Amino acid sequence: MSNPDRFHTIVTTVENKPGVLARVSGLFARRGFNIESLAVAPTDDERFSRITFTVDVESAPLEQVVKQLNKLINVVEIQELPPEECVSRELMLVTVAADAHHRRDLMELIDDWRAYVLAENTERIMLSFSARTARLDEFEECLRPFGIVELQRTGRVALPALD
Amino acid sequence: MSNNQQMCGGEALVKALERAGVEVMFGLPGGAILPVYDPIIDSSIRHILVRHEQGAGHMAEGYAHATGRPGVVMVTSGPAATNVVTPLCDAFLDSVPMVCITGQVPYAAIGTDAFQECDTTGITMAVTKHNFLVTEAQDIPRTIRAAFHIATTGRPGPVLVDIPKDIVDPVNPRSAMTWYEATDADMDLPGYHPITQGDPELIRAAAEMIRTAERPVLYVGGGILKSRAAEALLQLAEMVQIPVVTTLMARGAFPDSHDLCLGMPGMHGNFTAVTAMQKSDLLISLGARFDDRVTGKLDGFAPDAKIIHVDIDPAELGKVRRVDIGIQGDCRLVIEDLTTAMREIGGTDAQVDRGAWRSTISGWQEKFPLVYEQSELGERLKPQYVLEELRDNNPADTIVTSGVGQHQMYASQYWKFDYPYTWINSGGLGTMGFSIPAAIGAKVGKPDRRVWAVDGDGCFQMTAQELVTASVEDIPIKVALLNNSYLGMVRQWQEMFYDERFSEVYLSEQTPDYVKWSEAMGCVGIRVESPEEVAPAITKANEINDRPVVVEFRTDPRENVFPMVPAGKSNSELVVDPSQQGLEP
Repeated sequence: MSNPDRFHTIVTTVENKPGVLARVSGLFARRGFNIESLAVAPTDDERFSRITFTVDVESAPLEQVVKQLNKLINVVEIQELPPEECVSRELMLVTVAADAHHRRDLMELIDDWRAYVLAENTERIMLSFSARTARLDEFEECLRPFGIVELQRTGRVALPALD
Repeated sequence: MSNNQQMCGGEALVKALERAGVEVMFGLPGGAILPVYDPIIDSSIRHILVRHEQGAGHMAEGYAHATGRPGVVMVTSGPAATNVVTPLCDAFLDSVPMVCITGQVPYAAIGTDAFQECDTTGITMAVTKHNFLVTEAQDIPRTIRAAFHIATTGRPGPVLVDIPKDIVDPVNPRSAMTWYEATDADMDLPGYHPITQGDPELIRAAAEMIRTAERPVLYVGGGILKSRAAEALLQLAEMVQIPVVTTLMARGAFPDSHDLCLGMPGMHGNFTAVTAMQKSDLLISLGARFDDRVTGKLDGFAPDAKIIHVDIDPAELGKVRRVDIGIQGDCRLVIEDLTTAMREIGGTDAQVDRGAWRSTISGWQEKFPLVYEQSELGERLKPQYVLEELRDNNPADTIVTSGVGQHQMYASQYWKFDYPYTWINSGGLGTMGFSIPAAIGAKVGKPDRRVWAVDGDGCFQMTAQELVTASVEDIPIKVALLNNSYLGMVRQWQEMFYDERFSEVYLSEQTPDYVKWSEAMGCVGIRVESPEEVAPAITKANEINDRPVVVEFRTDPRENVFPMVPAGKSNSELVVDPSQQGLEP
């Protein structure tokens, strides 16, 4: 599997209207490009939303998709963020099995990784963890031996790196 | 109509269409759009009642091609909306300005599988420039203004507006609205800013590249017509004395009878147009998009040519072929600026000597004209002969529409197009059945012009019902039906590329009886079987102006369209007419 931190990130500012996500994602679907990750939320200006995609495709076909995205009436701005020029983060919520035998080991792991405990009972602990996508993958592997009950990731968001 | 007047959404919709300058629309009413059809009775807009919604779409396209104004379609929800998908896609691929209003089930019923409900905006998303689902009556005027603005500016295209019944139905309180004259400020299109003016630095660089090119060709496409640039193109071509090829979408954009015109390039282009592009050292592409039917196998296309590409759509620049200079802008404005730039660097006199290039080209023209073998006595008519006679027995400003297939290629090859907006066909989508409704739309837009639909028998059977519309609405078009009893172009491919194994291409020689069918639809029907009958039949058809005329020409099914670049082959492997094969260029 390719390193997810190497995927292209496309950040689009779109009008905050019904159907816009379908128009945008349709351009990828039509060409058979899989969207690896997707995050959508309104910006600080409520008229607009930001859609952040990561796509694992060659640059040339991607350039054509970006040009087509630009033609969508509801798309206001597009930024292509190469991996080395952006800061990206993703959030994971995960519930892990934590019986009395393994609880201490799990708590150590949580401390080491600087994850947060959101809730717990005698059998389970719910955590949140935010980092680069590849770090999420690694953390997930560390949790797996304890028993992952449920796990959900947000898809990544990104901003241009500071100079 | 004063602002702040209370009215129903249906009235507001019709009023907004009138305000957008709509004089005619093509449509067919049904349940969901019913409330909008009531105010149409009192409207200044002429409504043409079609027999099938696909016909309405192609009529709107024909109207738009002929007049330059957006074609307008109004149909109901569900099956009516799905029936206009083909013309929407056709208009999308050929950049035809069009606004299509569809009825929709009441807003609250959307998503419930209501009667005649379909997800119209979802279905048409990929075949329109943009579409709208209007949810409030108050939004109608601004949405209609935005729809026309988007359809007609930048790269033109179809825009669909889906209107739920409750916001136009006077019995529903949700239809109440306060009228306002929508302005540009009301449109709220923060992501839509088409650029029309070309970059002056790139234009200067292009001028210098043109000045020094030894074997340049002006490769002009439908964008010339969309930007009303035919006059500007003529000035540029004459100043720089560079030959012009006109693509299938640009026939008539530069006069065929002009010394510099090489005619149509591409899969069925003439030898000189195809070969001049192949051997060129500079292609100046104006409003064309390097379609696969023009380039042939891309790797082998114009291998020595640098590329200057002018297009209003930046996504076209470099999409297919790498460009040396790509200029985003309106063709007319860029051509005018380019002409000025050429003049500033010395105009005609500063051009490098292209005497050798010109004599090479005229050598090809002499050696490889379009040819066909005339039929012997008792043999079937040759379709090319029919087109020659049509051309010679009609005024030069006759509007010619065509369907898709062999007859389309013969029409493009053998008609002499000397005026812009006289050739209307389905290029990108290749929609069989386009010609008759497109001819009706063109005739509605240009009632004083003669309009001939050149059609094939396969195409005719797809949309012939619109001849009823033409009869009833008093739209006297003329149809030249080239009947060879086959799906001729498919037959040609099977003959050439499938070892003459003919699969499902034979229609019938006896059925239907086209003369009787035409008469049943209120037209005059004429059957022509031999060469000497051709010209008299055309003359007779031209004398009838109170109803449509269908002239059925029984043509030779064995005739193939040449030249031809076989699919997947390079343009250097052009197959010429059998009589010219073996000639050295």
